Order: sequence, then C-alpha cells, then structure tokens
Amino acid sequence: MSTNRKLDAKIPGGPLALKWERHKMDNPLVAPGGNRRKFTVIVVGTGLAGGGAAATMGELGYNVLNFCIQDTPRRAHSVAAQGGINAAKDYQNDGDSIERLFYDTIKGGDYRSREANVYRLAELSTGIIDQCVAMGVPFAREYGGTLANRSFGGVQVSRTFYARGQTGQQLLLGVYSALSRQVQAGTVKMFPRYEMLDLVLVDGRARGIIARDLTTGEIKRYAADAVVLATGGYSPVYYLSTNAVNCNATAIWRAHRRGALFSNPCYTQIHPTAVPHMGDYQSKLSLMSESLRNDGRVWVPKKPGETRRPSDIPEAERDYYLERRYPAFGNLVPRDIAARAAKVECDAGKHAYMSPYSVYLDFGDAIQRLGRDVVADRYGNLFSMYEEIIGDNPYQVPMMIYPAPHYTMGGLWVDYNLQATIEGLFVAGEANFSDHGANRLGASALMQGLADGYFVVPRVVASYLAGAKLQAVKTDHPAFAAVENDVRGLIGRLLAIKGHRTVREIHWDLGRIMWDKVGMARDAAGLKEAIARIGELRGQFWHELALSGTDADLNKQLEQAARLADYLELGELMARDALMREESCGGHFRNEHQTPDGEAKRDDANFCFVSAWEYTGENREPVMHREHLAFENVELKTRSYK
Amino acid sequence: MSDKGMTIHLKIWRQARGAKTGKFVDYTVQNIQPAMSFLEMLDILNEDLVKKGEEAVEFDSDCREGICGTCGLVIKGTAHGPHAATTTCEVRMRGFKDGETITVEPFRAGPFPVIKDLVVDRTAFDRIQQQGGYVSANVGSAPDGNAVPVSKYYADKAMDVASCIGCGACVAACPNASASLFVSAKISQLSRLPQGGLERGRRALAMVAQMDQEGFGDCSNHGECEAVCPKEISIENIALMRREYMRGALKGD
Repeated sequence: MSTNRKLDAKIPGGPLALKWERHKMDNPLVAPGGNRRKFTVIVVGTGLAGGGAAATMGELGYNVLNFCIQDTPRRAHSVAAQGGINAAKDYQNDGDSIERLFYDTIKGGDYRSREANVYRLAELSTGIIDQCVAMGVPFAREYGGTLANRSFGGVQVSRTFYARGQTGQQLLLGVYSALSRQVQAGTVKMFPRYEMLDLVLVDGRARGIIARDLTTGEIKRYAADAVVLATGGYSPVYYLSTNAVNCNATAIWRAHRRGALFSNPCYTQIHPTAVPHMGDYQSKLSLMSESLRNDGRVWVPKKPGETRRPSDIPEAERDYYLERRYPAFGNLVPRDIAARAAKVECDAGKHAYMSPYSVYLDFGDAIQRLGRDVVADRYGNLFSMYEEIIGDNPYQVPMMIYPAPHYTMGGLWVDYNLQATIEGLFVAGEANFSDHGANRLGASALMQGLADGYFVVPRVVASYLAGAKLQAVKTDHPAFAAVENDVRGLIGRLLAIKGHRTVREIHWDLGRIMWDKVGMARDAAGLKEAIARIGELRGQFWHELALSGTDADLNKQLEQAARLADYLELGELMARDALMREESCGGHFRNEHQTPDGEAKRDDANFCFVSAWEYTGENREPVMHREHLAFENVELKTRSYK
Repeated sequence: MSDKGMTIHLKIWRQARGAKTGKFVDYTVQNIQPAMSFLEMLDILNEDLVKKGEEAVEFDSDCREGICGTCGLVIKGTAHGPHAATTTCEVRMRGFKDGETITVEPFRAGPFPVIKDLVVDRTAFDRIQQQGGYVSANVGSAPDGNAVPVSKYYADKAMDVASCIGCGACVAACPNASASLFVSAKISQLSRLPQGGLERGRRALAMVAQMDQEGFGDCSNHGECEAVCPKEISIENIALMRREYMRGALKGD
C-alpha cells in the first residue's frame, strides 16, 4: 500500500555549491551566552555523530544531556571502524575536489541519494580533517610531516586519511576527549549505561525520552527542547554481522512507532571482506578493512570444488576475478560489487579450501614488492587479528574472506536539516538514511558521522530552537507518564512470557531468514516467504521467549530481548521494502533485475525515489510514502567500474 | 577431545548487585569447540542457565574484536587471559585443554567497584580524562590539517600510545591498583604532538591529581601492567609521565 503524502526535503534554493552557505545565512541563530543555556538538547549516542554533536553543542553553550548504552562514551561502535575517513583535500595533487567527492558518492550510492545532502557532506569533509588534527588525532604522516593518504573502493584518487587500521578508534577518542572537556565544563551531562526506550511527544513535537538505567533497571524521564538520535545502524538484524553485539535499532524503531517515517530499510551493505563464518556458535563476524584491497589481490581457484591448499595452486589456475571483470577499478571496486562477485564465485563452487563460503585475499605480491615491514606497518593489527581468529599467518598464507552484513544505508527519513517527520527530532550518522543512497563507499561513514556531529547538527538544531517558540515542558507533563507506562508495559510483557527459547536462539532464526532471503541477492518469492516467516517467528517470540532475572537489576538478557522485539518488526519491513523495489541498485540486488553479465539493473523511470514507511500498528501493514529524487547536477547513468 | 568438543569446568565469581562481596560458583559447559571465543563459551553457559531458569552470569562485552575495551575478565589469574596482547574477547578456546578448570573473575581494584558478577564500574577513567585528556580546540577553530607538520617519528610514537582502549587491565594486574599506564598513555600521546603540547603541564598535573583522588595506587615498577596490556603499551610512558609532571610542577605550563 502506498500514498503520496508530501515529503518536503526542505532543500535550499540556489546553485548546489552555495546551498549550505545560503542556508546558514537564511536561518535564525541563538545568541551566545545566557540564551543558549536556556535550551536543553538530548543527544542519544556517543559515536562520531552523537558524541560530536553533544560536544560541539556544549562548546556553543547549550545544555546537553548525552546518553549511551556503553559503560563510557569512548566505546561507541564508531570505535571499530578500521580503514579511514575520506576528505576532498587533494593533498595528493591527483585531481580530487569537492565536486569529485560529491560525484563519486552519488555514483557509489547508485544514484539513490539526495544531491544537496551529498554535496554538503563533500563540502564539510575538509574541515573535519583540520578539526581532528587540531584535537591531537595521530593520523598517519609522510616523512616530511604532512598527512598521508590511501585509496578506497569506488574512486580513482587517494583521499582517505587514516590512523593505522584504527581510524574509527582515533576519531572517536578525539570526540570523547572533546566530550570529556565539556563534561568538565559542565555543559554536557553524561548518562552512560542508559538506554533510550521511547520518545515523548508533546503537541506533536519531540520533547523528551524515556530511558532505562541499565545498572539498576529504573525507568526515568528526561525532557528537552530537541532530541537528537545518533544511535547507529541495524545490521545485527542478520544476527551475525560485523557490528558490536549491543548495536541495535531500538531508539530509531521506537521513534518510528511514534510517527517518524523509516526510509529505504532494504539498503544494507554487505561488506566484502570479513573473516568467514566458521560455526554456529559464533556471536559475530570480524571485519577485515577495505584498505586491505589497496595491496591484497582477491582470487579463487579456477576449478570448482578445488581442495588443494592455496600455496599448491599455480598462478595459471587462479582466477583474479575482480581484476578480470572490472579492469578499470580492479580490486578496488565498491563494496556491493565486490561482495556480490564473491558470492557468484562461491555459488559456482569456486572457493577457498576451508569453507565453501570464502575466497582468498592474497598479500604475496605486495610482500614481494614492498617487503614485509611496509605491509606490517600498514596492516599489522589486522593481520594479527586474523591470525587470532583463524590460526593462519596471513604473511605466509592468503587470508580467507567472505562478505558479511556491515552497515545500513537505510534509516529514519530526514530532511536537509536532518529533521525527521516529527518536529524537534533530529537524526544523525548511520541512524538516518540521507547520504549514501543504495551503497556507501568505504571511509565515508566516518566522514558522515563527523560532518553531522561537528557541523550539521549544531547548526540545524540551533535554527530550530531559534524559530520554534517552544512552551516549557517538564517531566511531570502527562505525555511522559503515558509513554513511561508503555515502556513498563513492554518490559512486563517480556518478563511474563516465561517460555523455553532463549533470545539468542530466536535471534539466530531471524538472522538465518534475513541472510538467506534478504541478503546479497533477493527475489520476489524469497521475500514473500521471509515476510511470512518473520511474522510467524514474531508470534513464537511472544509465546516462547525465556528470560531470567528481574527488571530491577542489571539484566542483559532483558536488554537484548527488547531489542530483538524491534528487530522482529524491522526485519519484516526490510523484506517489504525489498519486495516493493522492483529494480537492482547498490546493495539491493533483485535476481529478476540484472543485465546479461550479472550487473545490477536500475529502473530510473519507476524507482528514482526514497521510500518512507509509516508505522500503522503491531502486525499491521505499513504504508509507504515517497520522496522523488531530482538529479539536477549529475546525469543519471548506468554505474560502471569496468 | 571427542567429536563433541571439549568439556570445560568453570569457577566463576558471582556477586549480587549492591552486595559487598560474592563467591565462586562451579559450572560445567560441554561441546566447546576450539575455534570458539572465550566469550562465546560464556554465552553457551548463559543459554544453559536461562533454560534452567537460573540467572545468567553478567559480563561486559561489545565489539568482540579487541578494539572497544568493554570486555575484561581475569582468566586463570591473568587479566585478559593467558595470551599476550589480546583482549578477553580475542581469547580462543583452542588455548585450553579438554577437562580443564578455569577461574573467571572481574577486574578487581578499589576504584573499580563490582556492579554485578563480572561487571565493574570503570567510570573513574572518565573522570581522569575529564581533567585534561584533551586539546582545548573548539570545532571551527582549526587551521588547515597540513599547516603544522608533525614528524612521522613522533606521529607514530603518539599512535603507539593512542591505541589504548581504556579497558583497565593495567589496573587489575597491578599489585597497587595503579592507573599509571592508562594515564601516561594519554599524557604521552598529547605531549608528543605540537597540538597537544601547549597544555602539557596543566594536563599532567590535573590528570595525576585526579588519578590519586580516585584511589588508584602509586606505580612501583612491577611491570605487570605492560605484561597484560592488550595493546602492548610500554611502561616507558610512565617515566615520561613523571617527567611531564615534574616539568609542569616546575614550569607551571
């Protein structure tokens, strides 16, 4: 079912390159000093987007309440990003520009993102690097003391800044240090080990949240003038993913249930290079950074069912399939393409020796060309991580890799101001849908997180606060009591089930359905089956779930159960979105829509739009709205990396 | 080991929330595969417990790939287990024998009170960081990233210590429960970069003062911290921290 409710993206007028500058000029400000202190802003999440926004709004003088589920803000999942962060600095003099980063991102996203947002992202990228350097982030350097760069997939310039294989960690520690400074200054109040469980609306505007103190189990109310959600993505809907085990969609899903539209849920990024799945006991899949494809060569044996060890397979019997199929970009094609190509080879029986779902990533040539030390300097920590998991030494034996769920381009719908369809609710970073279209390029998640956190959120929230003329609202407002009651009801309902199946078992079942039917390749029959089976599984969940402990205590099983309840709804929405989208684009590949040589076939005539789903109640069909995507500066073309 | 995998006996520290102390409780888990991680083995134990209607053992973990610093257990008497340069989540069962008994305890230290079972409160680290573990540069005020060159030597040295994940193993391993390795890593990172150099004296004095106030002990050069550090941060940084402290005390900047 779909309607044509008007979704106004509020894109400023004027030429693309001037939109953000004009927008800043045209929107109201809040004067420094006492005026800013009068406003309270809730920020949920302390990753690059959330922590960056909280710290920056603190610096500006607002009163910020910052929540995270981790025991300290320094552990937000941005910490795990490895390879790097893009910026159009053109320090390498290789032809980079804001325009080129903009174009690469639009093309990488397979023409399913909003031009104005992507341009702003490219424009802000350079300031991010400057700010991080000023904060003491130890980026890699050349001997002359200047910043070093490397290349990532889908581009032909070197614009990726990095700190060994721990770029996300270093950027997050920069955010954490800025946040620490503001906590000390008294502008930011931190709430670690708190989980947002619902959004409170007063007169249609977001005015607060209900959060659970994860240590004591207490349910608490917090009021504010605006709420910012920066709670990351939803890859763990697949159970096995590269995400941390506590990553979840609960904050954005509860906001969705309260009226925020959810966009493009089917756009998921399956990262091509993770350590393969080895056994059913696994709790996660470990990522091997895309940066490895700078020097590693991907191959499979030419002979299906090959059982020899890689060292016994002569050069002539290896198929470097990415270099063969995509000579212009070779091993550095975008993630969606590299992932699907690995699946095609494995489905044809060509795979690494240990698992039918693995291909080789070989550093033999790189070690010969550069020497072991240079390779160790670039990737040492990743190599030792791999050796810990698999027990093979990648300096001697090629790595085995396979695609794994990694990032979700979909998220809550936001306009140019990152405001959701609920006024006063802003969504930043991976939690929104806005910048990556149907596929995110490598090293662009960190860029978006910090662009949103350091630059966009502080500006757009200020405009909102300056213009909204808000009534004072306190937590004794009846709206808070009503939402708190709902939250208590949900927790009570979970604990009352007293079934026999654990959270992990049911989550595992959901993950299997999602991976098999809503994974790297999808078709109508499989998606319909997924919708039916997820519905059944949701029924089982509410009858068979086993929990122990109480709600008035630290109880991680209970936390996970509440998150799984949301995944059981979101998973179905992903399948519905994938079924609706009768085309292939980026990470969304429909078997029915491909070219004769197996490439994605887009349908711009019928699907050049953002889907935006409206929640209509438990076990009820959602309603879809559309935002048409207008391409005024880029010509819609078939994406080619050949 | 049979095809069914290993049998592992566990002695796990259980402590109710709010209780002053706890006790070891014995458990046995079966069908443990060598490639499993230690935490996946504990997941299986918790599955068994929940199905029996018993309370799951609470322990912290998140990324499960050694970078977030959330997990932290004392396994067989060693913080993060018997292997060097790994976090608890990176410990694999192939390092243990079929039929082995393994003790599992929280990171114990006065300034890290136990919240429940194996979960401890490490917010003391945040409070130390808040005293000066930053460069005072507001967003918007930065010059071009290449305006100030930084020698590769010092950038690499800074990165070596910036890799600290704040897990607290150094404190758990130290007989004095000193946080010196953690604090020195941040002081060392920022004092080695031109951007952080301007506040070095103030930073060292304030962070060390907070470390003392939180109740962490003094460093007496046992070296246990360096031995368990999953990121192999060297105790030479503690010497550097002392120099920075002295420098700050004498010069006042």
